[in-house]
Amino acid sequence: MRKILLSSIILLVGITFIGRLSYLQIFSFSPNQVLEDPAIKAVYDYPERGYIYDRNGELLVANQPAYDVMVIPREVKPLDTLDFCNLLGIDKERFVSQLKKARVYSPRLPSVLVPQLSKEDYGRLQEKMRRFEGFYIQKRSLRYYDTNSGANVLGYISEVNEWDLERNPSYAAGELKGTTGIEKEYETILRGRKGVKYIQKDRFNRDIGPYKNSTLDTLPEQGKQITVTIDKILQEYGEKLMTGKHGGVVALEPATGEILALISGPTYDPALLVGRERSRNYSKLHYDTITKPTFDRSILASQSPGSPFKTLNALVALQEGAITPETSIHCYNGFYVGKRKRGCHCGGGSRNLNSGIYLSCNAYFAGAFRKIYDQFPTSAEAMDVWEKHMKSFGLGTFLGYDLPTGRPGRIPNKEYYNRIYGEKRWSSSTIISNSIGQGEVEVTPIQLANMTAAIANRGHYFTPHVLKKIGAEDISIPEFTEAKHTTIDKKYFEPVVQGMAEVYRKGTAARLQIEGIEIAGKTGTVENFTRIDGVRTQLTDNSVFVAFAPVDNPKIAIAVYIENGYFGSRFAGHIASLMIEKYLKGEITRVDLEKRMLEKTLEKEYAKPYSGQPFKINERVW
Amino acid sequence: MSVSGKSVLKRLDWFSVLIYISLVFIGWINIYSSTFTEDNPSIFNFASLHGKQLFFIGTSAVAIIIILALEANFYERFSSLFYIISLALLLGLFVFGKTIAGATSWYDLGFFNLQPSEFAKVATALALAKYLSDIQTDIKRQKDQMVSILIILIPAFLIIPQPDPGSALVFFALIFVIFREGLPLYYLSIGVMVILIFILTLMFGTIWVAIILGLLLALFLLLKKPSFKVPIIPVTLIYVAIVLFSLSVNFVFNSVFEQRHRDRFGLWLRLEKDPKKMDEIRKTIGYNTYQSEKAIESGGFFGKGFLEGTRTKGDFVPEQHTDYIFSTVGEEWGFIGTATVVILFTLLLLRLVHLAERQKNAFSRMYGYGVISILFIHYFINIGMVTGVLPTIGIPLPFFSYGGSGLLFFTALLFIFLKLDANRLNELT
Repeated sequence: MRKILLSSIILLVGITFIGRLSYLQIFSFSPNQVLEDPAIKAVYDYPERGYIYDRNGELLVANQPAYDVMVIPREVKPLDTLDFCNLLGIDKERFVSQLKKARVYSPRLPSVLVPQLSKEDYGRLQEKMRRFEGFYIQKRSLRYYDTNSGANVLGYISEVNEWDLERNPSYAAGELKGTTGIEKEYETILRGRKGVKYIQKDRFNRDIGPYKNSTLDTLPEQGKQITVTIDKILQEYGEKLMTGKHGGVVALEPATGEILALISGPTYDPALLVGRERSRNYSKLHYDTITKPTFDRSILASQSPGSPFKTLNALVALQEGAITPETSIHCYNGFYVGKRKRGCHCGGGSRNLNSGIYLSCNAYFAGAFRKIYDQFPTSAEAMDVWEKHMKSFGLGTFLGYDLPTGRPGRIPNKEYYNRIYGEKRWSSSTIISNSIGQGEVEVTPIQLANMTAAIANRGHYFTPHVLKKIGAEDISIPEFTEAKHTTIDKKYFEPVVQGMAEVYRKGTAARLQIEGIEIAGKTGTVENFTRIDGVRTQLTDNSVFVAFAPVDNPKIAIAVYIENGYFGSRFAGHIASLMIEKYLKGEITRVDLEKRMLEKTLEKEYAKPYSGQPFKINERVW
Repeated sequence: MSVSGKSVLKRLDWFSVLIYISLVFIGWINIYSSTFTEDNPSIFNFASLHGKQLFFIGTSAVAIIIILALEANFYERFSSLFYIISLALLLGLFVFGKTIAGATSWYDLGFFNLQPSEFAKVATALALAKYLSDIQTDIKRQKDQMVSILIILIPAFLIIPQPDPGSALVFFALIFVIFREGLPLYYLSIGVMVILIFILTLMFGTIWVAIILGLLLALFLLLKKPSFKVPIIPVTLIYVAIVLFSLSVNFVFNSVFEQRHRDRFGLWLRLEKDPKKMDEIRKTIGYNTYQSEKAIESGGFFGKGFLEGTRTKGDFVPEQHTDYIFSTVGEEWGFIGTATVVILFTLLLLRLVHLAERQKNAFSRMYGYGVISILFIHYFINIGMVTGVLPTIGIPLPFFSYGGSGLLFFTALLFIFLKLDANRLNELT
């Protein structure tokens, strides 16, 4: 026993050590050591974010340097706090609390102590910084905006969050990324790729040379500049006109689908979300739940289209042989659905396609809608055909444009009505409101603009998009460069376009004509409702207008949707007309019209539902 | 010199020699790596630590030749003299000693710092073997037990005040030799009991130790055969003695121990219950062990490669070329490297047990056990400390750690035994 005791102990100890070592080196070992190893420090070299230019090469977004005062809590030595605070221009409490926060985050990693110093402060601090161990100044690149417009379409950048870090290993904590708009959509192009240098450190945190002879290091890859389709002048002008109005304006180039302007009112200056005041401004904008400046109405507001939708019903009716341009329908200052009369403002009398459009006759389009359904044995079959035609204009779907948000709108189908009314328990009369763009159909302003572009092109459209060039190269993305054809034959468009042209000549927008430019358009006055304390309450009608110009070989298609602007020819019509003139002529000849638009706002209208008082709607404003 | 000379090489246990050479070689490779700097890559630079170690390896080789060339009975005959010289040298330190890092453990010989405690290990092993193998010594006799224990304790007590408690501890390992030769089992049992109760008291407190022990005793009384008569008075006395000892542990721990000792035990036994504070303690008081554990862990299965250990390069592990050399193996050679070293040590020790057991001569056998005990305790405590399973006790890893006296006397320790072993057939003639 005494002989084997020592051998047993030796063996036992050997096994224990092997066990301990396999626990340490096999089970506790984590492969991404390089990032945790205190002996290796990764130093990142950030490339500059790509600039953004407008369609004419005008600068929209560039970069500006900013200087953050950083702290590594572990390395902080006792210091003259008062002196340091004076130098930084912060009070002592803030300094202490920030330092504590940094220490809680990590004693060894750098945290921001004071973000985004001005250039002057930086100059003053730079030379004195050396006296304070553990603190240093880090240069950062922030966005600089050469415009005060386009906040929503351009988007903003912000610090990556936990979720991004988990999903995308190329981000590190504290880095910036595009969060909305173009900045988000084209993040990878704009961002480039950061370079990294691994440095070997000793235990005193001194550099002792490159790690693995720099074989793992990478060079930064510059972010590419991009050119977007936005027309800076038109965008800025549109936003100026939209002052004090809520709604969306979308202008497209019909021949290419390029988005010329994407305006949401109200908006904000993109510079607000840059720099020291960023977080304060952000909360102000984000928590403004009444006007919602960060809600991009041009692509997110899904509402009834109103009368512009009549043009599509006309096209479907023509395609299905339900009417010819000469078909005449009588208007009794309205039309009957069963025994109930629905009103019309056209003046009454006999209407054909042309006058039906330019006078926006409800009775005519209700009749045409019924005639479509009469072509088919059942309402359900008719509905299928109608839905197919409508969807071919890009309605009821996400259009596929290159912006990170959107709404599909709604083109109701037979399943939708079967659910509401039951199978075979609905007919064209039940859903007649859709004939005049009320009822269940919903569109976003960009869909309205796209539909207008499809009419302007007489039967096809290009998916709207904002990207024009990457670097110096034009894009060749098939999704954007190939035409999408509607299901309506080309020949049926001309009579509808003529009717839309008459809108300007003698119809609902006769007073909005621009000298020397022939425009085709369509007004819309949309009834709308809200709930106030649970009671369904009607608000002043939404003012809608779609137009394209010139009638032949159109250069611009535009949709304007103004909430509670009353008649389509008022706010929406004015804005559409002014923007077309600005875009095509470069200057405004109708100064009175422009002045009216710049001065009149709808703030009073928007305040009504929140006043708590009974209010009148559809008041005369001029 | 009749049979030896040419035949000593033939009879030498080459298996042990091969392991010895492997360990020294691997050790030197790792010393080179842990003291390596980009501007001093030359192997033969004697200003660098790895260059110096190479010189010590050469010195050891010369020592091996001398040891093998000398008569085998030279060691037995002069063992008492060596022992007296070593005690004198240890005493001399109080007057002439050179202080390095707070410990007065060296003689400054100009070109070389001699550490007499290393010499004392060899001398004590020899002296103990000599005393025990004497015909007049009977280990069953209490007086002889006391004398043999005294042989171990004297150098240990001379070393403690240097202060170098780690080296002093090594001498206690020689108890194994006495035990092998027939020291009654209860000495060892008492030793194990004392350590166990010490640890349990620190972990759970005297009250729990008393309660659990009482419960165990009650359980024993319940389950015992009715015929077995319990010697009530001795059992009670032992129980009281244990409780009193347990009480004294608290007193010793709190009043006699210094804070750094308390910290080491606290760290080892995880006495701090708050995990956050424990983590803090690991990174401050347990800095060395923490860093060496981390370095070993970061090596993974295959290691980072020779001269690629980032933590080694960054000097994160203190004393890495001496006591913590094993962490370099862990970082650069991974589990493959550390397991190889552990296996080499295990093989060497088992081989030496085998060699010791086959000795016909009692002196050779007992000296062999002395060698095994000393090598084993170093290996056990050192790797245990570096991998974090034992508290921090600063002793080197034999054949591995940087240091001239260490390497020289470990080599002497081993090769004297190999010489004795090679000579064992001559003893018969």
